[in-house]
Amino acid sequence: MLAKRIIPCLDVKDGQTVKGTNFLQLRQAGDPVELGKVYSQQGADELVFLDITASHEGRKTFTDMVQKVAAEVDIPFTVGGGISELRDVERMLNAGADKISINSAALRRPELIDEIVRHFGSQVCVVAIDAQEKNGVWTCFLNGGRIPTDRNLFDWAKEVNGRGAGEILFTSMNHDGVKQGFACEALARLASELTIPVIASGGAGRMEDFRDVFAQGHADAALAASVFHFGQISIPELKTYLRKEKINVRI
Amino acid sequence: MCIFVARNKHARRYMKVAVVKYNAGNIFSVVHALKRIGVEPILTDSPEQLRSADRVVFPGQGEASNAMHYLRERGLDEVIRSLTQPVLGICIGQQLMCRHSEEGDTDCLGIFDADVKRFVPVKHEDKIPHMGWNSIQNYKSQNSKSTLFESLDGEFVYFVHSFYVPVCKETAAVTEYIHPFSAAMQKDNFYATQFHPEKSGKVGQQILKNFLEL
Repeated sequence: MLAKRIIPCLDVKDGQTVKGTNFLQLRQAGDPVELGKVYSQQGADELVFLDITASHEGRKTFTDMVQKVAAEVDIPFTVGGGISELRDVERMLNAGADKISINSAALRRPELIDEIVRHFGSQVCVVAIDAQEKNGVWTCFLNGGRIPTDRNLFDWAKEVNGRGAGEILFTSMNHDGVKQGFACEALARLASELTIPVIASGGAGRMEDFRDVFAQGHADAALAASVFHFGQISIPELKTYLRKEKINVRI
Repeated sequence: MCIFVARNKHARRYMKVAVVKYNAGNIFSVVHALKRIGVEPILTDSPEQLRSADRVVFPGQGEASNAMHYLRERGLDEVIRSLTQPVLGICIGQQLMCRHSEEGDTDCLGIFDADVKRFVPVKHEDKIPHMGWNSIQNYKSQNSKSTLFESLDGEFVYFVHSFYVPVCKETAAVTEYIHPFSAAMQKDNFYATQFHPEKSGKVGQQILKNFLEL
């Protein structure tokens, strides 16, 4: 049976990993290549590297890092941040990334999804969606959660699915950094409405949160950062716990 | 084309490992994985280099009809078919080693006596492509006497594919997704995996080492 995936996310700025709380304050948490190797050895199923400064600064440092990760890490990894055209996708895939993730660029120009799928295949294309719930309505945001759009989460997710994306990485801005659990209700609705895998992001605080996101949120994968980076939860311990809770994970 | 002399530090001897260079994606990840276990592979589309190698890896991700067209144009279809040293096909490599693929209605190399089918979802949870970590069961079939996976029964490996080879007389390992399919195959000197050993952590590394030590 296909295993549920545990995915540490590494936000990278100037070649170093950082993690924001509610997308704001940043804290230092190590060398991304070394951290990626450690996570792979611990049993992480995939890795995500997000270049959080890509839109403002040069991207060469990040491309160099992607090449090092590809040479040294033996599990699949996704890269995102500042990818806005096919040329960016090609550069990341040539550097050795398995998948790329797009966010704002897809909201601005949804045809980019079709183009990536046509040129490189569905499996390469992860569409990240940052959304916030207010009065029962989930709204998609641009630019790392800074700019609201008039897009509804569920409508946009269905469009992304229809355009051929391989996966959706959904971050609940209400839950991100709060460590009180994932947005299980919204996730369960996404799982029932979509035909592609959903990666849940935002809200991991305790091991129970991971159980709930799989059992109740029906997510295919769960992504987290600080609980792993700061050692609050170790991946081997988490996977042993999930197995005991009858969640199929790779050990 | 880059050429290195291969060295297998585990066997403590020089070994020439060739990786077939063609128009498929993700070939470099196999090169990296081989380097991590001490081999400096040759990435090549030269028939001479392929024939003289101790091991040949036929990797890739991509679309069957384009890949076959590319191989035929360069005569690599005949070269691969006639290789006598251990050959390892990976992902689309395994599929191209079969008789025919539903992907682009493509006639393939015909090394394995099997046809490649498209996954058809049965229920809502059956997502295509089959992507992620799934477990393999060792499988003894009529033609396969593979030892590549013997110690790895039940282990998880990484898959990304929309087409599959049904269980057949050359199946060497089985995985269940929608229904059982050939996770790995073997016939004579030809070995193949539907999954990506180069992306499958320690288990994948062990499979690559097993292949080099055949």
